[in-house]
Amino acid sequence: MLNRCRFPIVLAFSALFASFACKKSNPAPDAPRTPPARDGVGAPPARPVAGGDIVIGEFGSMTGATATFGEMTHRGIELAIEEVNAAGGVLGRKVRVLLEDDQSETPQAVSAVKKLIHQDKVVAVLGEVASKRSIAAAPIAQRAKVPMVSPSSTNPELTEKGDYIFRVCFIDPFQGTVMAKFARNTLKFDKIAVLRDVKNDYSVGLANFFTEQFKALGGTVTLDKSYSEGDKDFNAQLTAIKATAPQGIFVPGYYTDVAIVAQQAKKLGLSVPLLGGDGWDSEKLWEIGGESLEGSYFSNHYSKDDQSPRVQKFVTAFKTKYQKPPDGLAAMGYDAAKVLVDAMTRAGATDGKKVRDALAKTTKYAGVTGDITINEKRDAVKPAVVLKVTKGQFQYVETIQP
Amino acid sequence: MSTFIQQLANGVSLGSIYALIALGYTMVFGVLKLINFAHSDVMMVGAYVAFFVATGLNAGPDPSIASALITFLAAMAGAAALGIAIERLVYRPLRSASRLSLLIAAMGMSLLLEYGGQVVFGPQHRRVPDVITDERIVLGDLNLTVHKLIILGVSVVLMLGLHFFVNKTRTGTAMRAVSQNVDAAKLMGVNTDFIIGLTFAIGSALAGAAGLLVAFHQQGDIDPLMGVYPGLKAFVAAVLGGIGSIYGAMLGGLLIGVAETFVAAYLPSSFRDTITFSILILVLLVRPAGLLGKFKPEKV
Repeated sequence: MLNRCRFPIVLAFSALFASFACKKSNPAPDAPRTPPARDGVGAPPARPVAGGDIVIGEFGSMTGATATFGEMTHRGIELAIEEVNAAGGVLGRKVRVLLEDDQSETPQAVSAVKKLIHQDKVVAVLGEVASKRSIAAAPIAQRAKVPMVSPSSTNPELTEKGDYIFRVCFIDPFQGTVMAKFARNTLKFDKIAVLRDVKNDYSVGLANFFTEQFKALGGTVTLDKSYSEGDKDFNAQLTAIKATAPQGIFVPGYYTDVAIVAQQAKKLGLSVPLLGGDGWDSEKLWEIGGESLEGSYFSNHYSKDDQSPRVQKFVTAFKTKYQKPPDGLAAMGYDAAKVLVDAMTRAGATDGKKVRDALAKTTKYAGVTGDITINEKRDAVKPAVVLKVTKGQFQYVETIQP
Repeated sequence: MSTFIQQLANGVSLGSIYALIALGYTMVFGVLKLINFAHSDVMMVGAYVAFFVATGLNAGPDPSIASALITFLAAMAGAAALGIAIERLVYRPLRSASRLSLLIAAMGMSLLLEYGGQVVFGPQHRRVPDVITDERIVLGDLNLTVHKLIILGVSVVLMLGLHFFVNKTRTGTAMRAVSQNVDAAKLMGVNTDFIIGLTFAIGSALAGAAGLLVAFHQQGDIDPLMGVYPGLKAFVAAVLGGIGSIYGAMLGGLLIGVAETFVAAYLPSSFRDTITFSILILVLLVRPAGLLGKFKPEKV
C-alpha cells in the first residue's frame, strides 16, 4: 500500500531531475544537434540521427529483481551490434544502441520507452524480457509507429498490441505445451501441483497453458496455488501443496522467486522436482537456490551445448568478450538485434514503416536460437529445449518441435 | 491435522518476525508518540550490516556459533548507531515542532533510507550467507528448521528482556516517566534527551536483530526495499495489539502471521492483505486502542 503511493513521488522527482538534465545538456557544445536527415522528398520527416549513426533503443532490467535478464540480453545485443559494425554497419552507417534501465519495474519500463522514442528519437526499440513490461511499453512504440522487437517476452498478448510489435521467441501456449508434454510423456508424471505468480502476466499465462495441456494428456493438477512477485514466504502454499502429494510442482516464475520456493520446499520435506519456463534462465538461480534445485527442469530457447556451428561460433565469441557462457536470454538478445538489422538492410531504410514491413517478411533467418520466421501474428515459430538443473549447470535434455 | 499444525508453525515463524519489528514501532510510539516510519528501513540497514560482516567473516562456507554471534551483534550495533544518528539529526531538532512535521520527517527518512540504500548498496538482491547451517528438524509430521527456531527463540527472548528492562530497571522507569509526560519527567531530574536517544538505540537494535532474522526467513535474500512490506505488516501488528504495549506487539505480530499463512494456504494468495487489513479494521472498531492497549481520552 505504502509502496504504491511512493512511486508517483519518485517518478515526479525523476521527471524533475530529467527536465533539469535536458536543459543543461542541450546547449552543450560537445553535443551539437544535427539537423534531421531526410530520406526522401515527400516522406514523413525522418527521425534525426545523431552523428550519422543509426540509433536503436534498448530497454531492459539492468538492476532489480530480474537484473540478470537485462544484463545478459544487453550483452547479446552488444555483441551482435559489434559484429554488424565490424562488418561495415547497415546501409553504410554505424549502428549504436542506447540503453535505458527500467529497474525491473513496469512504470519505469514505460518511461524508458517514452524517453527513447520521444527524446532520443531512436529508429527502433529492442526489449524487454519480462512480458509484463513489454506489454506495458508496446502501445507507446505502436502509437509512434516505431518498430519494437522483444527478444524474449513470451506472453501472447504482447504482439496483439499492434502491427509494429514483434518478437523473435516462441509464445507461451507453445512453451506451456512443451513442459506439459515433457512432464507427462518423458517423466511419466500423473499428478502435478502448480504454483503461479498472480502479479505476472507471463507466469499466469504459462500456468494456464500448462494446466490445459497437462489435463488434455490425461494428467491431474492436484492443487493450483498462487503468490505475488517479490513474496519471500511460500511456506503456506508449499505446505498445502505437500498435503496433495504431487510428483512435481510447476513454478513458472522468475528466478529470484523460484530459487526461494525451491529452498523452502526442501525445508518442508517436499522433495519433488520443480518444473518451469525460460524465466528460470539465470546463473543466479543456482547461486540463490543451490542444491535444492538439483534435478529440476525448465524449458528454454536454446542450449549452449548445442553442437551446431552457428551456436558454437556465438558461444565462443560471447565467452571471449565476457568471460562467461551466454544464457538463453543473451542468445535471444543477439538474435533480436540481428533480425532487426537484417530487416533494415532488406528495407534499405530506417524509417518505421519500411522496417516494420521488412520485419514482418522475415523468413528462415538463421539465428542462434534456431531459424526465425515471423508469422502473421508477428511471433516467431521455433522449437524449444528442455534443460535439467544439475550441479549448477543447465544440462540439455531434449528438443521439442512446435 | 498434520498439515494444520505445520501451517500453524509456519504462521508463528512469520508472526514472530512481524512481532520483533512491531516492538520497535511500539517503543518509539510509547515514548515519543511518533510513528517512526523509518524503523523497518533501519531493519534493512541491519540486514546489510549482517551481510557485510558475515561475508567478511567468510561465514558462508564456514558457519560457526562465533561468527553467528558476531554477525548478530554487529547488525544490532550498526542499526542502533543509525537509530541514534537519525534521532539526533532529524527528530530531535523537530521535537518542538508540530506532530505532523515529525510524521512527515519520519516518512522522508524512510524514503531516504530506501532509495539511498539503492545508491549505497546497489539495487540488486544480495544473499546473506548462512551464519548458522539451516538444518531441517523433523518432529513426526512437523518440519521445522534451525532458522525457524532461532527466529522464534530470539523474538521471545528479546521481548521478555525488553519487558524486564522497561518495568524493572531504573532507566526503564525513567523511560516510562518520559512516555507519560516529558516535561514532568525533566522536572524530576530525568535526562530526557538521553532517555529518548536510548529508546531509539534499543528500538533500532531490535530492528537490526530483526534484519538478520528476516534474512534467515527469506533464505538470505535481501535488497534495499526489503523493509517496505514487513514494515507495513509490523506497523499493523503494533496497532492491532495496541500501540505502546510490548505484549500487544507480540500478540499482534503472531495474529497477523498466522492469519496470513492460513489465508495463503486455503485461499488465493491475493486475499492475504485484504484479510489482514479487515482484521485490523474489525478489531479497531470494537477496541479502538487495540487488543491490549489502554484507551486514554485526551484531557483538555
